[in-house]
Amino acid sequence: MTVTPLGIPRRLLEFTIDGEVARVPEGSTILDACRAAGKDVPTLCEGDTLRPKNACRVCVVEVEGARTLVPACSRKAEPGMVVRSGGERVRHSRRIVLELLASSVDLSTTPRVAGWLKEYEAKPDRFGPAAARLDEEPRVDNDLYVRDYGKCILCYKCVDACGDQWQNSFAISVAGRGFGARIAVEHDAPLTDSACVYCGNCVEVCPTGALSPKREFDMRAAGTWDESRQTETTTVCAYCGVGCTLTLHVQDNEIVGVTSPHDNPVTHGNLCIKGRFGYQHVQNRG
Amino acid sequence: MDLHFGDSKPTDEERAAVDALLGPPESSWEGADRTDADLRWARGGRAARDRRDLLLPGLHAVNDRIGWISEGALGYLCRRLTVPPAEAYGVATFYAMFSVEPRPATVLHVCTDLACTAAGAAGLCAGVEKGAGPGVHVERSPCLGLCERAPAALAIRAGDPVRTAVAAPATVTAALLAATAPDSAPEEDPPALAVPQAGQEGLTLLRRVGVVDPASLDDYRANGGYTALRHAFALGPAGVIREVTDSGLVGRGGAAFPTGRKWQATASRPEQPHHLVCNADESEPGTFKDRVLMEGDPYSLVEAMTIAAYAIGAHRGHLYLRGEYPRALARMEHAVAQARARGFLGADVLGQGFAFDIEIRRGAGAYICGEETALFNSIEGYRGEPRSKPPFPVEQGLFGRPTVENNVETLVNVLPILTMGAPAYAAIGTERSTGPKLFCVSGSVDRPGVYELPFGATLGELLQLAGVRENLRAVLLGGAAGGFVRPDELGIPLTFEGTREAGTTLGSGVVMAFDDSVPLPELLLRIARFFRDESCGQCVPCRVGTVRQEEALHRIVARTGADAAGDVALLREVGRAMRDASICGLGQTAWNAVESAIDRLGAYR
Repeated sequence: MTVTPLGIPRRLLEFTIDGEVARVPEGSTILDACRAAGKDVPTLCEGDTLRPKNACRVCVVEVEGARTLVPACSRKAEPGMVVRSGGERVRHSRRIVLELLASSVDLSTTPRVAGWLKEYEAKPDRFGPAAARLDEEPRVDNDLYVRDYGKCILCYKCVDACGDQWQNSFAISVAGRGFGARIAVEHDAPLTDSACVYCGNCVEVCPTGALSPKREFDMRAAGTWDESRQTETTTVCAYCGVGCTLTLHVQDNEIVGVTSPHDNPVTHGNLCIKGRFGYQHVQNRG
Repeated sequence: MDLHFGDSKPTDEERAAVDALLGPPESSWEGADRTDADLRWARGGRAARDRRDLLLPGLHAVNDRIGWISEGALGYLCRRLTVPPAEAYGVATFYAMFSVEPRPATVLHVCTDLACTAAGAAGLCAGVEKGAGPGVHVERSPCLGLCERAPAALAIRAGDPVRTAVAAPATVTAALLAATAPDSAPEEDPPALAVPQAGQEGLTLLRRVGVVDPASLDDYRANGGYTALRHAFALGPAGVIREVTDSGLVGRGGAAFPTGRKWQATASRPEQPHHLVCNADESEPGTFKDRVLMEGDPYSLVEAMTIAAYAIGAHRGHLYLRGEYPRALARMEHAVAQARARGFLGADVLGQGFAFDIEIRRGAGAYICGEETALFNSIEGYRGEPRSKPPFPVEQGLFGRPTVENNVETLVNVLPILTMGAPAYAAIGTERSTGPKLFCVSGSVDRPGVYELPFGATLGELLQLAGVRENLRAVLLGGAAGGFVRPDELGIPLTFEGTREAGTTLGSGVVMAFDDSVPLPELLLRIARFFRDESCGQCVPCRVGTVRQEEALHRIVARTGADAAGDVALLREVGRAMRDASICGLGQTAWNAVESAIDRLGAYR
């Protein structure tokens, strides 16, 4: 029998978003409330399985009385708050943030970002051809996943997933400062010399495809990766007794990737090296 | 936590540097050689993790002894403290004064910031870079806080002990002498020379600078020292907070938050322990008042911190001191040790049953660590990145506990409040900006230095006092995060409300005068480069925005009118988003000075 934890009953609090009354349980963020009200707020560094880092600043909204805009993903709703999730001021900051990101990072594999760039009329080219970019070569130093930091927006999600929020491996951190900051293991060594356990939980939370399984990376390079042709099959991992739920991503009758549902009470989207990467035996047809 | 350490071993020298700080390791779990006993039990991990805040002092210990931090040294320090090597690497690479690449033992920091640029830093740099031998690494540095003696250079030679020497005002020969022979370089000017008013009647905050021997506790007491603390014990904690609140004292670091309200909020929190942090990470270009106070009158800060801790119920205070201030560090360390030895700090301060002690932490070259929450992270051994607020420090500050963080000048103001009483103190200055204020005057003036004036004096009066020179082109108020004003605006009253009404800011009290010898676009480019270099990189508007700002200012450095209009518009748009959407004050103010130069001074027109 599945037991769904109900938690402590929480009071509802009332505030307004864009002139409409919103009622959300105490402790909810402005983003929760916006989503419940059916408003689309762009997010990049926010993750459903992680604590908000509010580093990307693309989800900013206006709160009456606040000197600056506030990040919707981490600011808790308060009774009587007056929030504007759109408007010129909010749209301006979101547009600039998207332009700054798109002009410095390769966002070609970031889901939904093309739509946001259009929606906010962002023109990343306006900074000119000489605008500094990350321009990092993909790092292929192991057989399981690839780090392409030319696509990294420094959202800290991989660091948080590797650290005390999930895996407790602490294999990676942000190194350097400012525009030169990068995700790195100690001394910027290859992954194989680090504390990495190849669980791939960093890959799971990466919002831009800067981290991708080697298989997906190779297929994209070969031009054969096609999500529209992929089906998803839910099963249970057979390796150990924990019984993690797996979602097999299948293209042309071949498993091309394995994930776990983020709302699964056992995994919260996390897996280990075997569950995430150890699927070759299934299709060993020889 | 299952930590993975590489195979690199520390050298004996590196091991000795770390052990000198942490003591010898107790078991192989902490980095000692393995014995049979280690195979039977594991120990140290949890206890060691509680010492994470020793990571920054540990990095300093290695960098001070060797001059850079090798893989082996970092690995050993991580074993000693049970810190993941990746995180320690992230911390070490955050600070400008550390290097994870080999470099010569001597590093010569040559200031290229605003005041020094106006005083010929470019020529100094070129000469020094040409003349420095292979044993000296020359580093172009942001403001060293020696603006009254611009141009300035600071030499640091790694060893046991580490040696430092300051050349200011520096010539190429003097700077190279400081780097090659720090021990025989001429003694630095005494701090009193940075106070043109030293010894004059009517000073409050600066009255002891140049008058007392900064090394002597007795001299300090003979000049009115420790009377404020006795008053404080007579008033009780609530009474002290009431006096500070009634005095109208607001923070002098730039944000101007009411000090009494901050103390009250922390004192009333039920969580224990409470912490006191003194922010002496004075890094705003053009600011050097806290350095002069700490060098010239160190015991006053010890006394003021004791009073603040007593008021808020803290028993441990941290003094976070800028890494580029070796003399202030030495004087404060001496003062704290003396006060401890004489019972002015420790388990029973003045026999009043109040326990308090001060720990000094040294910064390592990061402007952002002057941001209050970034400073907490830095002390705790994490990267000095600002936290998002709320929660505010009075609720969850250092080590997650209620914390009061005050600037040096703010704290030192508490002494006259208690000795003269809140009403008398509040009578100084204006109604909304009470008390005396320190101003750091530098640039195109005959007598640069720290000036003390009551709030309400005008900018013109201050510049007159400092001997402003002919051809004044602009005055920068508040430093790189502040704003420029025109020479015809010298009537601006130097108060928080007066500068706000004039559309500018008082900031931390920087007043930098520029004549027409340095082109304005060059100054703006230097400010932009400063913010690009000092952005921590956490949030997008600041990390990328400061780069785009510098690029645009580069493009228009020699352009005006229609040729510059497109980039000026771009700067405005990016600047507005930085101000609105950045996490902390650094990004929010990174565009202020450039904007004011465009709007008030007509730059690029």
